[in-house]
Amino acid sequence: MPDLIAKPALGAVAVTHAGCTLAEAAALTITALAPFPGQAAAVGAELGLAFPAPNTVSEGGAARLVWAGRDLAFLIGGAAPERLAALNGLAAVTDQSDAWVTLTLTGPPTVEVLARLVPLDLRGTARGQVFRTGLGHMPLVLIAEGADSFTLMTFRSMARTAWHEIEEAMVKVAARSF
Amino acid sequence: MRIDGKGRIDRTRPVTFTFDGRPYAGYRGDTLASALIANDVRVVGRSFKYHRPRGILTAGSEEPNALVEVVGPANQTPNTRATVQELFEGLVARSQNRWPSLSLDLLEVNDLAAPFLSAGFYYKTFMWPRRFWEGIYEPLIRRAAGLGRLSGKHDEGVYEKAWAHCDLLVIGAGPAGLMAALVAARAGADVILCDESAEMGGRLLSDEGQIDGMPAADWTAAVLAELASLPNLRLMPRTTVTGAYDDGTYGALERVGLHRSPRPNLPRECFWRIVAKRSILAAGALERGIAFQDNDRPGVMLAGSLATYLNRYGVSPGKRVALFANNGSVRATARSLKAAGVEVVAILDSRPDAPDEPGIPVHKGATVLRARGRMGLHSLSFAHEGRVHALEVDCLGVSGGWNPAVHLTCHRNGRPRWSDELAAFVPMEGAVPGMRVAGAAAGSFSTHACLASGAEAARESLAALGRDGGALDLPRAEDAPYRIAPLWTVPGKGRAWLDFANDVTVKDVTLAAQEGFRSVEHMKRYTTQGMAPDQGKSSNVAALAVLADATGRGIPETGTTTFRPPYTPVSIAAMGAGGRGAGFAPQRFLTSDQASRDRAAPMVEAGLWYRPSYFPKPQETTWREACDREVRMVRETVGVSDVSTLGKIDVQGPDAARFLDFVYSNTMSTLPVGKVRYGLMLREDGHVLDDGTCARLGAQHWLITTTTAAAGLVMRHLDFVHQAFCAGWQLRFVSVTEAWAQFAIAGPQARALVASALGRAPELGFMGCAPVTVQGVAGRLFRISFSGEEGYELAVPTRFGEALFRDLVARAETMGGGPYGMEALNVLRIEKGFITHAEIHGRVTAFDIGMEKMVSGKKDCIGKAAAMRPGMQGAARAQMVGLKPLSDDVITAGAHLFAQGVDLGRETSAGYVTSVGYSPTLHSHLALGFLANGRARHGETVRLVDRLRGVDVLCTVTSPVFHDPKGEKLRA
Amino acid sequence: MRLTCPLCGPRDRREFYYYGAAVYLDRPAADAPPEAWDEYLHLRDNPAGVTQDLWYHEQGCGSWLKVTRNTVTHEILAVDAVSAADAAEEAR
Ligand SMILES: [Zn+2]
Repeated sequence: MPDLIAKPALGAVAVTHAGCTLAEAAALTITALAPFPGQAAAVGAELGLAFPAPNTVSEGGAARLVWAGRDLAFLIGGAAPERLAALNGLAAVTDQSDAWVTLTLTGPPTVEVLARLVPLDLRGTARGQVFRTGLGHMPLVLIAEGADSFTLMTFRSMARTAWHEIEEAMVKVAARSF
Repeated sequence: MRIDGKGRIDRTRPVTFTFDGRPYAGYRGDTLASALIANDVRVVGRSFKYHRPRGILTAGSEEPNALVEVVGPANQTPNTRATVQELFEGLVARSQNRWPSLSLDLLEVNDLAAPFLSAGFYYKTFMWPRRFWEGIYEPLIRRAAGLGRLSGKHDEGVYEKAWAHCDLLVIGAGPAGLMAALVAARAGADVILCDESAEMGGRLLSDEGQIDGMPAADWTAAVLAELASLPNLRLMPRTTVTGAYDDGTYGALERVGLHRSPRPNLPRECFWRIVAKRSILAAGALERGIAFQDNDRPGVMLAGSLATYLNRYGVSPGKRVALFANNGSVRATARSLKAAGVEVVAILDSRPDAPDEPGIPVHKGATVLRARGRMGLHSLSFAHEGRVHALEVDCLGVSGGWNPAVHLTCHRNGRPRWSDELAAFVPMEGAVPGMRVAGAAAGSFSTHACLASGAEAARESLAALGRDGGALDLPRAEDAPYRIAPLWTVPGKGRAWLDFANDVTVKDVTLAAQEGFRSVEHMKRYTTQGMAPDQGKSSNVAALAVLADATGRGIPETGTTTFRPPYTPVSIAAMGAGGRGAGFAPQRFLTSDQASRDRAAPMVEAGLWYRPSYFPKPQETTWREACDREVRMVRETVGVSDVSTLGKIDVQGPDAARFLDFVYSNTMSTLPVGKVRYGLMLREDGHVLDDGTCARLGAQHWLITTTTAAAGLVMRHLDFVHQAFCAGWQLRFVSVTEAWAQFAIAGPQARALVASALGRAPELGFMGCAPVTVQGVAGRLFRISFSGEEGYELAVPTRFGEALFRDLVARAETMGGGPYGMEALNVLRIEKGFITHAEIHGRVTAFDIGMEKMVSGKKDCIGKAAAMRPGMQGAARAQMVGLKPLSDDVITAGAHLFAQGVDLGRETSAGYVTSVGYSPTLHSHLALGFLANGRARHGETVRLVDRLRGVDVLCTVTSPVFHDPKGEKLRA
Repeated sequence: MRLTCPLCGPRDRREFYYYGAAVYLDRPAADAPPEAWDEYLHLRDNPAGVTQDLWYHEQGCGSWLKVTRNTVTHEILAVDAVSAADAAEEAR
């Protein structure tokens, strides 16, 4: 009996317009951690990472703990199952790996492109920052990766719309530069 | 005509364009208006009501007359202001509001009928008889009304919306705005400088004076060069700030592609939402006219625009020019014109004490009585020292004074203050929190005063931002006082125009006052003054002055109209940029989407989701055939359906069960691990919010489902209940809707199909749940049913959804089953009497749907107190019933139910129909609906009437459960 | 309009969902008299001046917020998380 075949959210090929590149990131393990009242620090301690303050990301090795909302952080990247098991009683733990499409947007006009999509001032953002906001009408976890580089997570079922809207913004920004 | 050696146009770059089909030439840097003036085109449009020939009045966005249609390959843009439209190669423009042509307009007959078309004409004429309104009056008015025409096609143009953020937004780049931006940017503030023109500088671009010992234009260029070099300042030319909104949010419209030949993907316009901690309004002042007989003749213009056309665009609208003013602002214009070789015949200065002007005759205390020349001014008559004189001129520049552009200060309910000294309204300080007003917009008219107030406004804004403005030597500039002796109208016969755009005369305003419309707001609506696209920018204050005079009050007592956003027209396409087609709303696709489309399933929108409607077989020609087959398939063999759209919420923690007991009307805490329970959620007002299932995956681990429609609503509700009432409880919940793909497997062969897919028989009783391994993938199996057949729902992580769907369908087909869509799903649940949001539509209680026993008496829950109120239950309420027609006729949802023999009417309606479908199982149309005291009326015959669709059918009232009422199949 | 979410910072109103008067926070006891429930569910003031209402940071952190604002001046006077547990969380 053949095993089930896993599909990416989009399987999209990266596109570049005027120096801005949109790509679908490889699927990473995403674990939602929602500490029970008063347990945030304990959760961080178990993972060896500070539980992130609002709008921030804690990093350590291959794993990142990304603030994702009220009493919620996403552990992105590897964390040993036994470490997660140790969170039993400290936090609600759910696998969210399949719930999100992860896109990356990089290149000099990235902030200009995002200004068409996101109601935030993203100039001067630095690695370590994250924003819960909207991509148009879609929910968005927006992770700053460094200068002109962002990771965008939105609902997997909305991946095609997200891709379409971002590329449309890229094309319009590109059309201005002539 | 073009004036050699003047203007900022690029004479090395000629541009050709057409106006009303005729080719013309201009230069890069021209506006359509300046190019038409260069080509001696005097009549550019017909007036709105009387179709009088009109020429260009102004040189800015306040233009009331020169509105044209700009025709592009994909767009036809009406009401484009020729004074704003920049010239580009191949521009095609057409005049408006004339038929058949600009020189011969048959509707000009309105002008002859003018005595009958006075203010309030429509209100007085098109009243009686009443029956004429729809058939005669409205079509008549519609044909005559409106200005430009739309193409009648979709606007396929590209538009854009964007956000911008800054410390300080400077609105207007004239002397005050430039100075403010310079001071703020040098101090390190994050500044945006917007100006609605293509070139920044405002009136300095048409000013021949000196700043700091250099020509004003050179000083401007130097400042702009410095500003452009500063990384903390953004210049936004061609951007009009159109509105001031709450908390430092401003709306602005940028013309991105309107000034050049169309280019793929280049937005025509961008609507900006600018968030600014502080702002400085330096929008300048708008000149106003003086009303006299036939002051609307082409060639009569506002005097300041003559200077702009001459010095900025190198054109003059006339060869022999006179100026008529009640203030000194026309003097520099007169000198410029004279120096450029234009004959300045006279300055008619209404002020008896007006100064002389070397080399130009000044008639002090003179007033223009009448302008002559229907298709273009050729002469005028004026009164001076008791006598009437005639002057042959082809252009008259008029200045009735300057109105500070206070508009944005009114957008948050600020009321401007009347200044006797300026004879104008000036802004109320602090009208918009965080906004300072500087320069002419604040009533400081001299160049020196503009520079000083711009610098001062910047320093105050910087202080508020916690920055030091530093020391600054203010550049030297002219500081002439502004002296005005108010003159609004010149008394006399004939019609004197106030509002050119809406054809409102002095008499119209006087008549309005006589007829009792003494409030400015009433006058405005009665005469339509100020209600055209220009919003009365050049006429409001004069109309107010006339009204004040007619009612014997002062101007401040008469009041002012309220300026609301937008300052200039904003196309809906720009505000709604990106919202067409796929951009209207996010589209949510199932993992099975491609598999369904491969089977030619038409997709139907369910909220944002796209779900398969049915899966047609080659020989099937109607959806009903496919639907009937799919229903029978589920009842007889097995069907597979993607139900991933259901909301799924993972709830964990020691207090999870307690929380679920609080949000569900029934008790969940007693549910054993590995079991599923149907649950009902109420709103606090006692009505049903949603229904779904609640699965206990572990002692402190639950998975609840919501309906597709209410997934977001329920999440919001749970967050509210949790955060507002029990934030300290030990639990957390998170949506996992997107994490799992879930498929319903239903029918007598469901167990066999699940066994085949899992490789082992599912040992799961009715309403059981268990973790399973599906072909190497960890999944979950639930034994629940929405069809009334033995049913399972199998969930796997989303990435495996497509593979599992294809696998399950393939297996089903070997058993004689297959996929089923939304249509069949709906019929199956109607046969079984299962509810959806068609039934729980927000006005029904648990009692109404027969679930009052699900409101537990042993505990409190959201909605319980209200649900227990007497009115929320009882015989008088419409209760859910089944309905089965006595005939084969079609029945419709939305129909009303009536007892036999009663007169049909709103009062006699006994209920209504919520869901209908044809049941191939029972060979009958079936309906669910609500009927007063319905549960006691099973067996009764009622009339089902839908007057909209012409349905009138007798039905038997039944239990809502038509199929397998004892649930034997379900539990099999 | 902009609201400053205690967790996310200042945000445009488009990120928020409006619910209704902050009265919803004062849920009567289960056995409270009908008048109390009537008041809680249905009776609302419509002040010209300071009012308090509930907003949900839907396109954000998911916090329910109590917004104190002036209906006449549109001034936002305070934005607080409705959760009393917050104070404890933040104090940690
Ligand atoms: Zn927030």
